[in-house]
Amino acid sequence: MTAPDNDVPQLSHPLEIPKLKCGAMADSSPYVASPEHQKSVKYPGELLPDWKERALAKMKELAEKNRAFQVYLDACVKCGACTDKCHYFIGTGDPKNMPVARQDLLRSVYRRYFTLAGKYFPKLVGARDLTEEVLDEWYSYYHQCSQCRRCSVFCPFGIDTAEISMAAREIMNVVGKGQKYCNEIIGKVHKVGNNLGLQEKALRATLEDLEEDIEEDTGVSVRIPVDEKGADILLVTPSADFFAEPHIEGLIGYAKVFHEAGVNWTISSYASEAANFGLFIGSYENMREVSLRIRKAAKDLGVKRIIFGECGHAWRVAYSFLNTLAGPWDFLDQNYPIPQHICEFTWDEMQKGTLKLDKTRNDHIRLTFHDSCNVARGSGMGDDEGGQFEIPRNILKAVCNHFYDMPRDTIMESTLCCGGGGGLLTDDLMDLRTKGASPRMTALKQVTEENGVTHMAAMCAICKTQFAKVMPKFGYEMDSVLSVHQLVSNAIVLAGQGDDEEDAHKVAIDAA
Amino acid sequence: MLGVTYAILFYIATLILVFGVAAKIRTYIRVPAPLKIPTTPAPKTRTGVFWRMFREVVFFESLYKSNKWIWLFGWTFHMSMWLVLMRHLRYFSQPVWGWVEVVQPYGTYAAFGMVVGLGGLWARRFFVERIRYISTPSDHLILALLVGIVLSGAMMRFVVHTDIVAVKVYMLGLMRLQIGFLPSEPVLLAHLFLVAMLMIVFPFSKLLHAPGLFFSPSRNQIDNSREKRHLAPWAAELER
Repeated sequence: MTAPDNDVPQLSHPLEIPKLKCGAMADSSPYVASPEHQKSVKYPGELLPDWKERALAKMKELAEKNRAFQVYLDACVKCGACTDKCHYFIGTGDPKNMPVARQDLLRSVYRRYFTLAGKYFPKLVGARDLTEEVLDEWYSYYHQCSQCRRCSVFCPFGIDTAEISMAAREIMNVVGKGQKYCNEIIGKVHKVGNNLGLQEKALRATLEDLEEDIEEDTGVSVRIPVDEKGADILLVTPSADFFAEPHIEGLIGYAKVFHEAGVNWTISSYASEAANFGLFIGSYENMREVSLRIRKAAKDLGVKRIIFGECGHAWRVAYSFLNTLAGPWDFLDQNYPIPQHICEFTWDEMQKGTLKLDKTRNDHIRLTFHDSCNVARGSGMGDDEGGQFEIPRNILKAVCNHFYDMPRDTIMESTLCCGGGGGLLTDDLMDLRTKGASPRMTALKQVTEENGVTHMAAMCAICKTQFAKVMPKFGYEMDSVLSVHQLVSNAIVLAGQGDDEEDAHKVAIDAA
Repeated sequence: MLGVTYAILFYIATLILVFGVAAKIRTYIRVPAPLKIPTTPAPKTRTGVFWRMFREVVFFESLYKSNKWIWLFGWTFHMSMWLVLMRHLRYFSQPVWGWVEVVQPYGTYAAFGMVVGLGGLWARRFFVERIRYISTPSDHLILALLVGIVLSGAMMRFVVHTDIVAVKVYMLGLMRLQIGFLPSEPVLLAHLFLVAMLMIVFPFSKLLHAPGLFFSPSRNQIDNSREKRHLAPWAAELER
């Protein structure tokens, strides 16, 4: 364990309310998209001379096209219920990271130009003109929101800061001030099909290597098919699953589950990405374009089902929006949920008893589970309300003997964001990411102290990458974060593998 | 003369309140929600959503989860306000409905509930650093307006009684577009003036939270996106 850095916030408990530090994060600002990146997502290359008029026109348009935006701008009473709910506020103390204050950065401008009170009594209602300083402030603080929706759980009107922050980013994009990280990535998906810009050839080579690794480790040939026409299931998974740790261990887990379940499945090289950063920039059009790739892939390959791998915001887009954006899915098998989550599939198989599991292979792990924000508050799983909490926990408890939840007010619908979601998973925001992760890390420390927890499972590519990066700053090894299906992978005893128990056990330890 | 002035004031205030709020509600209905965004876990049926909204409107469920002090003051204020409003129906109906008679004693003392609730909420705007930071002058002004209404009202009920029968006759007259005599008692006039002000600012202020709550997509949507396709009219255009 490494010693914690000095600039890492030390909280006495996960939800400790900080003293206000005005302007503490005013300088935090991610790289602005280059003209080339802007054009790849169909936005102007740079800040336009008439940006102000365009921004206001866009604001008006959004208020006419999105009920949430309109209602949320009107309904806030400044009661303060949300003020201590944002992990970035807890971690930074910057009052503009309080959800209501973040909304007000935009609401103040809306009031000035679109409400009677703001037009005639701006000072009275806190309305202000749209200036370049305001735009810069938007750029800074709307990129300090991971759109995790924790505030919306606690707002008496359900006001969702994510909606305001998405709208703000859309407005900034329209006037030519987009964020490099998101726009570059979306551009790659439009062009190549995944966030990494990984071409078909490279994808095939990577997955073939992975197949060899699995065979070497288990002695069983487990396939990871690409572009196989006539397969029953199309797996859409975040491209991080193809190369990053611990994501890749999760992909191995899915492959083993499919193998044991005896289903025909395939990955598509055309839609080789579950992530949809169109959500983060609030762009219906970009989000739709990315989603339509999945529809095309499903049609071209002739699959009957679509299953999504472990990815938080991707699951929100899949579960809540895919039917809207790229439906109707009348050409798929209606006997299964469309789309289905890999956890739903795995849990079904576990209940059917098709998977042979050896829990003791995870005995060296004392585990907790991080509910990813977009899964917890923006989607569901299974048939029951709250299935997104139960199903992954059921799976983990089925494959691991030592499972302990973190404090109740930091999990499930109250879960704390990892600190890197919503398009903030970029190195130029490292300080923000570390501070934003501190509430979650403090909750983790509590179960480490009380229950000796050594590892935390997550089912989101962003969470996994973020934790692998920030956990060392909080005294954990970077491999303390695990994929949910990595634990499944450890515990699965593949058909024909049973005789080789000792080898398998070794694999489990290596993987962990 | 006084009767005429206040009659004009109330007719204007009523028109602004009714048409202002109606216009806002029309906007909320007209503007589509392009995506399914219920804050989950969310009910999967219409009945479930009804009960979710019911708990929000009647018990302030989310606020309770969030902050017990704000909930205590906010809920006390709002519930007391409903009792007081119901009690006030006796000045606008003849004969007075039975259930209004039942509410009468509760509605009388609910004034103190309103004072406690408003006082607590207002104190938080001064003493809690975070809430002081987010408060604008208008937030204080609305509280002042409400406190003024409650105190002037309570004063007439408990301290300097007004000729309430005359007031009722005046109000019943206004409802039939007949302008009668209004007693010129300062506390009464202040009370009525402040109420008219509240009615006028309603459609232009954060008081829109009242209708807004019912149109909040994160609360009123059914979590059935996989089963039923949701499509906004403008989004359907993109598919042509």
